[in-house]
Amino acid sequence: MAAVAKPLETQDMLLNMGPQHPSTHGVLRLVIRTDGEMVSEVTPVVGYLHRCAEKIGENLRYEQFVPYTDRMDYLSSMSDNLAFCLAVEKLLTIEIPPRAQAIRVVMAELNRVASHLLAFGTYGLDIGAFTPFLYAFRERELILNMFEHVCGARLTYNYVKVGGVMKDVDKKFWEMVTNFINQFDDRIKDYNELLSGNSIFLTRTKGLGVISPAAALDWGLTGPNLRASGINYDVRKAMPYSGYEKYQFNVPLGSDKVGVVGDCWNRYWLRIEEMIESCKIITQIRDNFPAGKFAADIRKIKPAVGEAYTAIENPRGELGFYIVSDGSEIPTRCKVRAPSFVNLAIMSEIGKNNLIADLIAILGSIDIVLGEIDR
Amino acid sequence: MSLIEGKFGKNIVITSVDALANWARASSLWPMLFGIACCAIEMMATAASRYDWDRLGVIPRASPRQSDLMIVAGTVNAKMALVVKKLYEQMPDPKYVLAMGVCVIGGGPYYKWGYSVVKGVDKVVPVDIYVPGCPPRPEALLDGLIKLQKKIHAQTLAKNPEVDQRAYSVTPATPDRVGAYSQVKPLN
Repeated sequence: MAAVAKPLETQDMLLNMGPQHPSTHGVLRLVIRTDGEMVSEVTPVVGYLHRCAEKIGENLRYEQFVPYTDRMDYLSSMSDNLAFCLAVEKLLTIEIPPRAQAIRVVMAELNRVASHLLAFGTYGLDIGAFTPFLYAFRERELILNMFEHVCGARLTYNYVKVGGVMKDVDKKFWEMVTNFINQFDDRIKDYNELLSGNSIFLTRTKGLGVISPAAALDWGLTGPNLRASGINYDVRKAMPYSGYEKYQFNVPLGSDKVGVVGDCWNRYWLRIEEMIESCKIITQIRDNFPAGKFAADIRKIKPAVGEAYTAIENPRGELGFYIVSDGSEIPTRCKVRAPSFVNLAIMSEIGKNNLIADLIAILGSIDIVLGEIDR
Repeated sequence: MSLIEGKFGKNIVITSVDALANWARASSLWPMLFGIACCAIEMMATAASRYDWDRLGVIPRASPRQSDLMIVAGTVNAKMALVVKKLYEQMPDPKYVLAMGVCVIGGGPYYKWGYSVVKGVDKVVPVDIYVPGCPPRPEALLDGLIKLQKKIHAQTLAKNPEVDQRAYSVTPATPDRVGAYSQVKPLN
């Protein structure tokens, strides 16, 4: 037998992951170049959920566009409502009553908890743990009950309106909130026992998909993905809106206690910590709930000629609305700075030189929402 | 259409086989794990602890080859329509489609200004059950699934022009309506 003279030549393979794939969190398509199990190149292809939201914004009156912001980031509809309304209010230069601001913050923070719970549950699902998903949805349903109580919808609320909110909150709502917060600490312990400290989970996520602080800034990351890399930037602290400067809360940052700063585990853990911080904010408002009106008295939404940009901290990062007004009831331009869209771009950088199974873990840790990416 | 359907006349044997086949099909509806937009979150809620669609024998499968129900949950646009059609064709017979949410039924809030949105997924694949809502509550989706089970129980293997055979059909909708979307070329 002659020895094999030539090395074995293998060809790269181009593979489509998605748009139908259980772990791409919607209809994202990743075109990956693989050599065996190793991924050498990742290219995200978006546009499978383009719903013309920005164009619709140029055709409808300001108050009519609020329901469409619900459907942009459908996991944090309250935050999207809030961001759009803040931009319109900046154009109108009106004062919002303190009670309305407090209600808005409570809703935004509850929505953050609901969104992070879903991120936690589906991340477990991506890695291969089914049980955390069921636990996360159990608590998520409690929050959805509260939203249903105040505005009648489970997912697309249309609750925050220009000038305030749609309806005042009542005593029963606060009872539900108290009930939820009292049991939530124990639930977090459950999650940590189930997933955060699970050795299989730790092995799958520690030191994987590391984003260095410099890379995080270069790629324009915001939200938990940026803070997991150790950079302290939170819009709630940096540019407070709706009275966030009044509340005491910490901004959790990534650390190297368990993994490496900026790895998948840190991004996951940061969401758990943020849920605890959100509960702190909600408790402070509950104990010190201002009296007054739940909405400012606005007759007609017809801002003067001008432009406005506002940014808020959505569960996924800095969500911005840029609105140009020509003095009529309909905006001339309604641009959205969607955090998921910017965060997704780094996939092509950190997805390289990993196993295909790890690619799923990295994508899940970035926590994207396709409705917001494609708009 | 599967091998034996529509080949025999009505008789006593067929009736018993019908009952057995329909019972099996209706009590193990395996949907494809495939969500598009907001409705997919409510679909996940239906699958999770509070509503738990496993009670109805509904167990999600990751591959179209193993599933017999496609729940189209979320707005379908022109780029996605091709994928939906391809997925439908990959499913083995008998197969069913459940249109979840008003976007899938007829464009919904994107009817007027949504230039990219397909105004109703029934232009691309045949639909058995329509569940309206934006998004529909999990109870509504469960109701849709129960209605689909009832529909399956009414099916027969025998030649029967009275029963709606559309659910068995592999030819989606009418050719000219499909044509408009199959002309669109996907990127690369």
